Parts: sequence; C-alpha cells; structure tokens
Amino acid sequence: MLTKSQVEHVALLARLYLDDEEKERYTTQLTKILEYARNLDELNTSDVPPTAHVLPLQNVFRQDVVGPHLPAEEAIGNSPEQEDGFFKVPRVL
Amino acid sequence: MRAYESVIGLEVHVELKTNSKIFCHSSTAFGGKQNTHVCPVCLGLPGSLPVLNRQVVEYGIRVALALNCSVARFCKFDRKHYFYPDLPKNYQISQYDLPLSYDGYLDFETDDGCTHQCGIVRVHMEEDAGKLIHREEVGESPAYALVDYNRTGVPLLEIVSEPDIRSAEEARAYLTELKTVVQYTGVSDCKMEEGSLRCDANVSVRPRGSKELGVKTEIKNLNSFRAVHRALDYEIERQIALCKEGRRIVQETRSWDEAKGVTAPMRGKEEAHDYRYFPDPDLVPLVISPSWIESVRRDLPEPPDARRRRYQEQYGLSVYNARVLTGSRETAEYFEECVRLYSRPKTVANWVMGDLTRLLNAEQVEIQDCRVRPAQLAALMRLIDDGTISGKIAKVILEEMFASGKDPETVIREKDLVQITDAGAISGLIEEVLAGHPGPVADYRQGKGKALGFLVGQVMKATKGKANPAMVNDLLKQKLDEGK
Amino acid sequence: MRFNDLTAHELRGLLLRRETSAVEICRSVFDLLAAVEGEIQAYITLDRAGALAKAETVDRDLRDGRELPPLAGIPFAIKDNMCTKGVLTTCGSRILRNFVPPYNATVVERLNAQRVVMIGKTNLDEFAMGSSTEHSSFFTTRNPWDTARVPGGSSGGSAAAVAAGSAVCALGSDTGGSIRQPAALCGVVGMKPTYGLVSRYGLVAFASSLDQIGPFTRDFTDCALVLNAICGHDERDSTSAPGELGDFTDFLVDDVRGMRIGMPQEYLSGGLDEGVRRIVLEAASVFEQRGAYVEETSLPHTDYALPTYYLIAPAEASSNLARYDGVRYGCRLENSTDVIDMFRLSRSRGFGAEVKRRIMLGTYALSAGYYDAYYLKALKVRTLIRRDFEEAFEKFDLLLAPTTPEPAFPIGDKTEDPIKMYLSDIYTLAVNLAGLPGVSLPGGFLNRLPIGIQLIGKPFGEGALLRAGYTFQQSTGHHLKRPRIRGEA
Repeated sequence: MLTKSQVEHVALLARLYLDDEEKERYTTQLTKILEYARNLDELNTSDVPPTAHVLPLQNVFRQDVVGPHLPAEEAIGNSPEQEDGFFKVPRVL
Repeated sequence: MRAYESVIGLEVHVELKTNSKIFCHSSTAFGGKQNTHVCPVCLGLPGSLPVLNRQVVEYGIRVALALNCSVARFCKFDRKHYFYPDLPKNYQISQYDLPLSYDGYLDFETDDGCTHQCGIVRVHMEEDAGKLIHREEVGESPAYALVDYNRTGVPLLEIVSEPDIRSAEEARAYLTELKTVVQYTGVSDCKMEEGSLRCDANVSVRPRGSKELGVKTEIKNLNSFRAVHRALDYEIERQIALCKEGRRIVQETRSWDEAKGVTAPMRGKEEAHDYRYFPDPDLVPLVISPSWIESVRRDLPEPPDARRRRYQEQYGLSVYNARVLTGSRETAEYFEECVRLYSRPKTVANWVMGDLTRLLNAEQVEIQDCRVRPAQLAALMRLIDDGTISGKIAKVILEEMFASGKDPETVIREKDLVQITDAGAISGLIEEVLAGHPGPVADYRQGKGKALGFLVGQVMKATKGKANPAMVNDLLKQKLDEGK
Repeated sequence: MRFNDLTAHELRGLLLRRETSAVEICRSVFDLLAAVEGEIQAYITLDRAGALAKAETVDRDLRDGRELPPLAGIPFAIKDNMCTKGVLTTCGSRILRNFVPPYNATVVERLNAQRVVMIGKTNLDEFAMGSSTEHSSFFTTRNPWDTARVPGGSSGGSAAAVAAGSAVCALGSDTGGSIRQPAALCGVVGMKPTYGLVSRYGLVAFASSLDQIGPFTRDFTDCALVLNAICGHDERDSTSAPGELGDFTDFLVDDVRGMRIGMPQEYLSGGLDEGVRRIVLEAASVFEQRGAYVEETSLPHTDYALPTYYLIAPAEASSNLARYDGVRYGCRLENSTDVIDMFRLSRSRGFGAEVKRRIMLGTYALSAGYYDAYYLKALKVRTLIRRDFEEAFEKFDLLLAPTTPEPAFPIGDKTEDPIKMYLSDIYTLAVNLAGLPGVSLPGGFLNRLPIGIQLIGKPFGEGALLRAGYTFQQSTGHHLKRPRIRGEA
C-alpha cells in the first residue's frame, strides 16, 4: 500500500506537481498496479539472469572523429527563452 | 601527537582530450562560442541516441593501468538521474555497479620525504555536464541563469580513492602525483584552472586509534591545489573543534569559499539524493578482452616513479632534480632528448631546470611549445665546451633563441658573439685598460687583490663580454705582475 | 480516378505505365482528406505543399525516364513521434506542441531516399502511451469502420489513415502492441519487426528496450516493400542489428506447405472474446488447408507479461521523459520562482494524466529500496518470458494468436480504469519483451468490425511472417474490404 507522502516524494523526484485530487487518484491507482505487479513474486527467479537487452550485442563503437554541429540558430531555435546564444532559465538555487 | 586524526578520500574528475565527445561527433574543443559545439545527441533532443567513442575506452584503460587497477572484463553504462538545467537529458550517462576498472593504488611522497600509498576504489567513464552562468537580480528584473551545452558530453574519468589519506598535505601530494601519472598517459591536460582536473574531497575526523569512521562532509568547489590544501586544513580543524565541544557533525555537502577561507554548507538540496540508476537501454555492454588490455599496456609510457628512479641511477641525478625533471612527461621527454644529443646529463639538468625553466615561467610557455628545441639546446652546450662562447654569453644567447627560435650559431653570427680567444687582441685591450685606470693598478700592486676583479670587469666590458674570461684573468695578472 | 483502395505496388504499376501521375495520386489523397478527415481525425499535421512539391519531382523524373525507387510517389503517413526536419513533431503532447526538429529520424531519411510523398504526421496517444489515441493531448482519432469507436493505439492515427485511404502506407511504433493492436482494430496489416531491425534514431523514446518502428499497409507485398526501405543497420543506433539484409519480397510466396505453426493455448483462453477466438481458429484451418502443420503449444509465463511490461516500460519512460523540462525545447510555464518550480510547473501542465501516471510508476519502481523488488524482478521474469518463446520456436516456425481480446471498443469505454485499458495489449506485449517480430493482419469481421490475427516469428524471422501472411491473403479476401466513411464520395 502506497501512502500519500510516498506519492508526494515520488512526484518531487519526477519534478511533477500534483493537486489533491491527483494525489488521491495516483495513490489508489499506483497501489492497484503495484499490487498487480506483486504477482511476479509467485515466480522464483533467484537463478534467473535479468534481460536488459534482447539483442546479444556488445562493443558498439564510433570512431573519434568530429562531425557537423547544429547551426547556432537551430541549436537554440526551439528553446522557450534565450539570450545571446544561451538558453535562458529562471534562477537556479 | 594530536588526539584526533582525519580521514580523507578524494573524488577526482579528469577530462579526456579526445577529438569528439563521448557519445556523439561534436567537438570537445575548449572555448567555442556558446552552444556551437552541439548536435541532437549532446543537446538531448527527443529521439537522439548515444554511440560510444572507442577512444574514451582506450584512454580509460590507460589510466586504469597506470593506477594499477584491474580492468573489468565486462562493464556497462547506467543512467544517473537528477534534474539540473546543465544536464540536457536530466540524467547523466555514467557507470554504477560495473565500472571500467577497480582495486588500484597510487604511491606518492610528501614533502617530508615520507612515502605513502593510497588505494583506488575505481576508475569509471561518464559524460560531463554543461555550464551555467548565474545573473544577479537587477532592479525589477529577477535573477536568472544562462546555459551553454558545449561541454556537455565531453568524456570524463572519475577516479575515486579509498579513504587512505590522513592530512591536507597528503591530499595535496596525492593529487599532485595523480595529476602527473594521468598526464603521463597522455589522455588529459589535467589543468585545474581550466577545469580539466576537478577534485571533491570527503573528510571526517576520529579520535586517534579509533577504527570507526566519523561523520563525513563532502567539500566541493576546490579549484586549485592550494585550495585543496587550505580547505581540508580548515575543514579538519572545524570538525575537530566540534568534536571537542561534543557537538554533532552533520553529514552534508560544503563549498569552499576561497576569498573567506572557509567551508560553508551548500544551499539545502530539496530532497535526499535518489539517483535511480539503471542500465542505459540505449547502449550495449562493453567486453574488454585481455588482448586489448595488453595492447594498451604495451603502449603505456614509462611511469613517472620508474623514470625518477632511473634518472638517479642512470644519470646520477639528485632526488630533487629527478623529481623536477619527471614532473611532467613533456619535461622528462625534453630532458631525455637533450641527453641523447649531449651526453652530460647533469649539465643538461642544470640548463633545463635553470635558465630554460626561468624563461618558460616568465613567458608562461609550456615546454612542449618551447621554441628552443632539444637539438638547439644541445648545440648551445657544445659551443660552450669547444670554447666558442662563454657560459655567461650562452645565457644571453639562450634568451635570444627562446624569443626567436633561431639556432645558437645563427644568434652568435648575427650578434657577433664569438668568444675572443686571441691572446694578442686581449693583450692590446689590457694595455688600454691599464693605461686608463692608474689608480686601481697602483692599488693592486700595493697588494689590494680586489682591484684585479675591477680590472677584469673593465676588460670584459670593453669586449662586450666576449673575451674568454679565463684568458683575461691570466693575461691581466701576468701584465700587472710584470710591472711590479 | 479513385486511388484510395489501391496498394503501393498497384499504384507503382499505374505510375510506370503513365496511367496516372504522382501529383494526381497526391491530390486524390487530399481530396479524400477534405471529405473524411473531419470524421476520422487521423492527422495532427498535414503538409499539402510539401507533399505536392515532392510529387512533382517524382513526376519530372518519370517524364525524364529516370529510374525510381519502388515507393517513389507513394502517399505515406508518419506517426508524430518520429522526427521530421522542419516539420512539427508533437508526440501527441502539449509539452512538445511547438517542437520543430532540426534533424530527420533515420527512417524518415530512408523514406526520403525512396522519394515517398509524406502527407502528414499522425495522431497518437501522448508519447505512445495508450491503446486508443484517447490519451492524445489534442483529440481522439475515430475508427473508420465505426466512428463511435477507437482506432486502437498508440499508432491509431497511422492505422486509421491507411484504413480510410488517406495514406497508402504509414509508419507506426510498437512498444507493447502499438502497431499491431490498432492494425487489428482498423483492419490493416501492421508489423512490428524484430528489435534492432529498424533504427530507432529519431524515434522519440518511450521505452528504449521495447520500442520498434514498423509499417502499416493494406497487404503483404506493400509490407515487404516498406521493410526493404526502412530496415538495416544504422551506426547512429547502438542497438541496431548489424549485417546485410536480403530482399523481403523474396518471401512473398503463396505456399505454406510444411510450415509448422504453434497456437499458444494461453492466448486462446481467459478474457478472449468468443468471436475473436473463432476467427483465430478459422485462420488456423486456412493454414492447415494450405498444407501447414498447426498444433497447440504453451507459453507458460504468459500471465506475467502484463505486470512485467508495466514495470519495465514505465521505468524506462520515466527516465526518457525526464528531458522535457522547458529549457531546450517544448513548452514552459511562466511565472515560476526558480528553475525547479519551472520544471515542475512545465511538466505538470505539459504532460497528460496517463503519461504522469507512468512517470510516477516508473520513478517509484526505480527508486531507492524498490529497484530489486520491482525493476530487477521484472527484468528476470523477462528472461523467463523469452525462454518460453525460445522453447516454442524449437518446434515451430511461427506462432498464431489473436492480436486483441476484442474488437474496437467504444470511445470512453476504458479511460477511467487504466488496468482495463492495459489489458487491450495482453496478447501483444510479450512479443516486445522478447524482442520478436509480430504482425497483425485482417482475419475476419465481427458485427462489421475488423478482427486481427497475429503471427509471431523467431528473431529476424520476418520472412516466415511475410510468407504466411501473403499466403493467407491469397486465400482469403478480408483485407480487400474497405470501410464506408460518412462524407466520402
């Protein structure tokens, strides 16, 4: 069972604000989904290796060569706020 | 002996001097206009994907071997999550539970001549973040910050030491040796002032003899070797004072204030760290074969400590001289090239450590960029040996060589600096000087030896320093004694 | 001339015989769009000018007698989570509603090399998280067979466009069924290739270890042609499979004699609609009649696929979506006190409910103290699910299963209960967990709604899927039926 304060902590980690209604809803829904996920505990996986990748690939490299850069106007073109070629953000504490 | 001892571990970040970034083709060049060394990958644009730069692994293995680490057969990259505007994906690609290498050590010496060994927990690869510029509030307009992502994705090695360091002086010595060792591998400039070497320190204190570790603080913003030394001294004293008063030390991150000479808590983070590491699904595992490791090992240059011992044994240099000449790989290589061309190592050592270093420091030039090449310095030393110039004139010539890059022979010719060794010519000048200075001549003849020095000086002055000083001395004495 | 029922290979015949032009084909698509798009709402962005300009260059080269690639002049739709340089790419999200990428996804470059005519960018559930397009931030796409029902999702716009005729072929992406499920509900062919076969570079990531791009087409010949165009190694994607590929059209053989087809019993029980079950069994007998050998088999860990998926996919998503913070692109909320406040405001208002739910779930599953119990556990069960398939493929060349448990459901039916919505993908998501190729094709109709059957192959076994699917379509006519849409001439 997830508590409301856990939901608040997770929202902070994920950089989300939740209103009271959302906190209620996510507490209920996440609890339900996580309970459902506990079905996996029925399986003994102590000797099972995890699958992080389905393809057996390893050592994929690129060579150390400089390629084209984005033109300056395209690099910052999508930013909500900019100044003198920099991305601009509110003050950082 | 003090009642408390300090326990210090250092986390050092070294920027690798690859051409391109760790996961994309953008340039790592320093000092470009803001946000011009970026591409969809290092800007973290939606849909972009990382591909590992092979050179970063190669460089990482070099440093790992130089620090006596075991290189992992199998390693991987993980995502480390934290939100910060200089981190385009809001996670950093790093290595968590399976780093590139682990279990190494570094031997180093403190100024009192004591040797120490510090364990290396791990060396791992990761990407650098961008740069934030903070702008203060002005009148009505609130404070804000500007972000430049040119440094984002520049490859870093993180080198984590064991908490084996016991004083600020040891920390400085460890860091100095670490810098030298890493520089020798040729993978980084290790310039603290440019940020290509960065250091954070973990420090705690405990009653001497205790086996338990005290509560530690992490010190950031250490921008020079001096800062490391001063900040640790300060922090150790602060913690000891708290202990003595029976007050609690808070586990926290503190920032070094260079101007005030104190550490202060960083403004409180909003939550406890929870980096939520997990294997980056966009990258595949790295399997490093023994043959790859061996090929890197074969190409490693002779490490500084081995070189220091060899300079003492093979060249008969003092401990001090050997240490200075191996202080950087470039200096050592310059020195050895000179010795290859001119077979008196001690003479070479004197020139390199003396006049050449003085000129390099005065002009802020690195030895690898020095216009006086080893062959030219060797030629200069030979010209002294064969009597073409005096040692004193050689210093003048070296200055000219340093400024212009010309060969010593050219400088001598252009400035007409060939030593005067013609006894007739020197005798003629001596006659003139004796005639012009009857007072000192009389003094000398009355037994005032000092007057000889004055007269030698006058002769040298008349030849603009070019006369062979030994000959001047002999001939002058001869003449004066004749007239007694 | 009416082109809207024709396939790409049929249109190519007309183009090469000069019976029509690329511009004429393109105009007819926009004429149809004018009539039906108000009902269907498949597209977020249309690019009429760009499409016509492209078609004109194809016609010029045709007139000059130049050789053209197989898909030249064919109207394509692209799911709006693939980057198109200079063309809005929203991912169906408010947070990216103004994002214009400065680069093309690899698949877009490969389609450009084919000289296809891109009609526009299609609607999807926000960041591809959903099974109905109801989670799009902008609007819900309607099923062309019944506009009161969903087209499926997340690639619902692409599936609906091909079904309605407002594109001849389309690209979608499939993380847990997002190509196959809407293909089934809209009555078209939708293939999710083997993980690694198609480059993900430029596909806006949802769950990186599961995402794969694939085609929507009307038949298997077109499916093979699009695979030829988009598959193959890409050095910009570390997870792209290496090696040379053959010609997928070589597998378009009307013969399944000797093929061994397994039917996992777990996929034919439980919540499966009886009518859907009957259609799957009918398909099995079609294959048997054509000489294939069909037998029941078992994938014992099937029931665990859904919880496994709903830990892995949200965990990866919570990480992939961290970059949407209002600094470099996308929307920012003003009047924040500091940068953290700005992050939280922008993300809270920019993301919809389903995306936030999954970010919360994934963040929790990765957080300190829970990683082993949830995320690591799921990765281990993922291994068991893979092994089930590996064992089955020792005996069988491919597996036959339903694509969805039921036909297209009414709009609004499942939006209140996330688990109910997640169950729509119950038959498709294990294939993503195992990285296998899967295709949905029209298998019949229930109450005038199309029903999909699913074929699942071995890794890189797309050839067997094409051969079986092609043979099925030569033996049946389900794929030839077209919906009648109000407004259509």
